[in-house]
Amino acid sequence: MAEEVIDLGKMTRDFKKEAMKIIPGGGNLDLCLNCGTCAAGCPATGLADLDPRKFLRMILLGLDEEATKSPWVWMCTGCQRCIYACPMQIDIPRLVYNARATWPREERPKGILGSCDMALKNASGSAMGASPDDFIFVVEDVLEEVKDTQPGWDELQAPIDKKGAHFFINQNSREPVTEPDELIPLWKLLHVAGIDWTYGSKGWAGENYCMFLADDKSWEHVTRTSIMQCAELGCKVYLNTE
Amino acid sequence: MRKGFGDPVADDLRFVVKSLVGEENFVEMWPNKSNNYCCGGGGGFLQSGFTEERRAYGQIKLDQILATKADYCIAACHNCHAQIHDLSELSGKHFPVVHLWTLICLSLGILGPNEREYLGDDLKEVNMPEQKE
Repeated sequence: MAEEVIDLGKMTRDFKKEAMKIIPGGGNLDLCLNCGTCAAGCPATGLADLDPRKFLRMILLGLDEEATKSPWVWMCTGCQRCIYACPMQIDIPRLVYNARATWPREERPKGILGSCDMALKNASGSAMGASPDDFIFVVEDVLEEVKDTQPGWDELQAPIDKKGAHFFINQNSREPVTEPDELIPLWKLLHVAGIDWTYGSKGWAGENYCMFLADDKSWEHVTRTSIMQCAELGCKVYLNTE
Repeated sequence: MRKGFGDPVADDLRFVVKSLVGEENFVEMWPNKSNNYCCGGGGGFLQSGFTEERRAYGQIKLDQILATKADYCIAACHNCHAQIHDLSELSGKHFPVVHLWTLICLSLGILGPNEREYLGDDLKEVNMPEQKE
């Protein structure tokens, strides 16, 4: 039972207004039928006492603070199943993203914040903070070891900053930093298939925690660094392996 | 798939997986493709500090996987791999979770001895390429 009546007249619905300006096509926010299809098929339903339907209803009512400050906004993965299932194609994940962005940066989850800040430390864009030199060292070291220990791979390549390569391929930091042997299968496949590819010394890291942090400026910086390296090298295709 | 190139790409990946393991060894989970559930590894959840909630979120995916009774789960994405591996260990079922590149190289006979971390014991020695002395 509600403890007090919500006075709709007092609600400014600022968050909704701002969101509708940003979301392509306005996000269809006013078209909610309240059917609950989104909530029924969302794995985050019930976490932090929220679900996509409740979250949207709160925003539509103008309960901006209660909705946007709920830790639930960090428990939605943005998988978009709710949009896919919704008869009105309402963009709830984008609302969640905007809600994340209303949090003071230093109050956002430490792990995500730290991973974004690591990516801003150097030109790698790596959430684990590995520098371009670290990356080059690991790649060369692993490649050398394959050639020394496995027969038939003398021509195996793991190019970095190869000008004019067709594919610019990025790499999740987890391999070079914590399990470098897992780099090798991809190199072998590219070699067997005769693919012309390269990593970049800058922007080689595939992950982007600044996006999850809803820090637009940093997200753009990390992405731009990588894309510009691809353009600088004259590669034809930017292949995001993440 | 839902967020990217859609079900046609999901079908392409099924072609790859079936070519690797054999049509009869591929078990589809349900629901699947664009109607599938997220495992809970995405969106920064793995780094958010909400571990208990992340695992509760993943319960649907775990149930889906266990219902297939398949021996292996393939995860073509890093976040998914980390999350599903965690769910596997935590459930006590310990089903192997493998990257796609591992299975492709294994089937081609070019997967080196140090590249088999995520294979189960049944495949650890299978199709092992020659080593230098």
